[in-house]
Amino acid sequence: MSEKPVVIRLHDIRRIYKVGSEQIRALDGVSLEIYQNEYVAVMGHSGSGKSTLMNLLGCLDRATSGVYELDKQDTTRMGNSDLARVRNEKIGFVFQSFELLPRFSALKNVELPLIYSRQAVWNRKELAHKALERVGLGERTSHRPNQLSGGEKQRVAVARALINNPSILLADEPTGNLDSKTSEEILGLFRRLHEEGQTIIMVTHEADVACHAKRIIRMRDGKVISDLPTEEDTVWTHRPAGAGR
Amino acid sequence: MNTILSLPIRLLRLMAQSISLALVQIWVNKTRSVLTTLGIIIGVASVTAVIAALSGLKAKIMSDIETFGTNRIFIWPTRPDTGKYKNVPWDSIRFKPEQFEGLLTYCPSVASFTQIDDERDSIRYKEKTLERIRLSGIESAWHQIESRPVIIGRAFSAIDQTQARSVCLLSQNLRDKLGMDRDCTNELVTIGYRTYRVIGVVENRPSMSMIGGAGGNEDYEVFIPFQTMYRNSGNRMWFMVMAASKSADVSEEAKAEITFFLRQRRHIEPGEPPTFNVQTVESEVRTFQKIATRFTLVAGAIVGISLLVGGIGIMNIMLVSVSERTREIGLRKAVGAGFAAILTQFLVEAVVLCCIGGLIGLGLGQLLTTIIAHIPQVDILDKAYIPAWAALMSLGFSAFVGIFFGLFPAVKAARLDPIEALRHE
Ligand SMILES: Nc1ncnc2c1ncn2[C@@H]1O[C@H](COP(=O)(O)OP(=O)(O)O)[C@@H](O)[C@H]1O
Ligand SMILES: [Mg+2]
Repeated sequence: MSEKPVVIRLHDIRRIYKVGSEQIRALDGVSLEIYQNEYVAVMGHSGSGKSTLMNLLGCLDRATSGVYELDKQDTTRMGNSDLARVRNEKIGFVFQSFELLPRFSALKNVELPLIYSRQAVWNRKELAHKALERVGLGERTSHRPNQLSGGEKQRVAVARALINNPSILLADEPTGNLDSKTSEEILGLFRRLHEEGQTIIMVTHEADVACHAKRIIRMRDGKVISDLPTEEDTVWTHRPAGAGR
Repeated sequence: MNTILSLPIRLLRLMAQSISLALVQIWVNKTRSVLTTLGIIIGVASVTAVIAALSGLKAKIMSDIETFGTNRIFIWPTRPDTGKYKNVPWDSIRFKPEQFEGLLTYCPSVASFTQIDDERDSIRYKEKTLERIRLSGIESAWHQIESRPVIIGRAFSAIDQTQARSVCLLSQNLRDKLGMDRDCTNELVTIGYRTYRVIGVVENRPSMSMIGGAGGNEDYEVFIPFQTMYRNSGNRMWFMVMAASKSADVSEEAKAEITFFLRQRRHIEPGEPPTFNVQTVESEVRTFQKIATRFTLVAGAIVGISLLVGGIGIMNIMLVSVSERTREIGLRKAVGAGFAAILTQFLVEAVVLCCIGGLIGLGLGQLLTTIIAHIPQVDILDKAYIPAWAALMSLGFSAFVGIFFGLFPAVKAARLDPIEALRHE
């Protein structure tokens, strides 16, 4: 794994929220590296800082301190419009609640990032079609979100995330709004994308979801408390609760 | 993609996308959109209707002036406000007929002229007496300058003038009012206490909508030779002169020639203000047009303020739209929309909304204009029309209102934090 190029490098990242006079250390010194074609699951209790981490990785938010390099570029020094460009070109984000535009067809939803791409894209429809085929929705292109099932919606969202061939696919609890059967469907899709070479980081708090990934990062109180390949981590999770490490 | 071309292409693309997006958005909220653009619609409709009415009024007056004759020149005595002649006796100021002898020879741009004076007097024919009838002393050139020919009989001859004969001409209306035959020549009428022989009938004055078209007694006119009137006054009468230049284009030349000629004849010293006035209709027309244009602009501006009120409605709807679509904005930002893209989207939406309102308003304005132009009792607005500049201005102003009032909501949208926006609701 370590011969592969580094996609993400975080060094001592902190994200501190100020609420009134109180400081909330949502991320408190996180350092890690993610390599190309890794499939990582981020786990932790509610409030442990998983979403904060994902938002930072997705360039939707800025760290209070620390360095975040994406594809060897230091994002901490970028301006807002450069960050928008990075979001557009290098990041595919999948949300727990899909975030599809209700009045747009699946195809239009998938096309959306291309509208904001800095290069003129003449074959938007074609690309959107391909992306939908890649997630197995080649026949539902003209459906509106309310005409699709939860699993299908999330697949449209994945197609949208993939349309610009991002360096990383970030998914914050992508199965959180799905039943176990459709969850499996999405996880199967992720596995296939991983096999096709996609780098994936996924947040979940369910062990049976996390075990699909190849590496598991556990967080608590804004810190990384363990970072292991899935096989080793699984052993650890099967220990009786409260046994400690 | 070529880097030089890529920026304009991107901008164009952004525009096209924003416009189509805006149209979709407006279409989805049809009723609400129409209701909020109501201010703009009413504003534009009233602006265009007011301007149309004023333009029509102006056109009507201009066409009246055209009938009246734009090559006319009026000359009358005045006492100047400054200079040597400021305090001379009034009687020394008045015109004398001999001062105008040879005017046509020395003023080549002048086609003809007539000395003229109007009075009021009674007229009696057989048992019928009419009081306060308009009595004018004229020369034969009057008919041509006024475009009112003698239709029965003849005009005053040179001998009528030099001998100050007691002959007269009647207007058609006066003839009918006095109950005379159609051909009333050689009948005798009494004007004041003198008896005159009728030698002809003058065509009625054309009915004009604005200028002196009052009807009533004004249409009962009797004319006598200028010299007869002058001599009856004991050669002490005040009068004026009406001339016609060879065309409206040479009116100013004619005015200069007349001024030069009269200064000599009236022995005005060089550098002194003259004791007479020369006024061309042409310059009056220009002054009138200037005033009319200014008036139209002012009226347009006043009504235009109502558009600003309409703009507040637009701002309101855009703010609602932004807050309703917070999540959508968050998502768009998450997939790579920058500040400029979101700003453009909402600004274009406001502008498109306003322009649609402007177009509807323009249509309504045209409808109103057609209605005013066809009110049967009011014929001075017959010519009401919306000038092209007014139509363009209303649309331009609508777009401006869109930009102005759309800016605040658009900036608000563009500055939303994506994470917070996605967490909305
Ligand atoms: N905008 C914010 N303002 C203040 N505190 C926040 C904000 N967002 C997150 N937090 C806090 O940061 C911590 C981490 O939150 P989050 O990353 O959402 O946790 P997770 O996704 O793991 O449940 C929590 O204590 C949360 O209350
Ligand atoms: Mg979370």
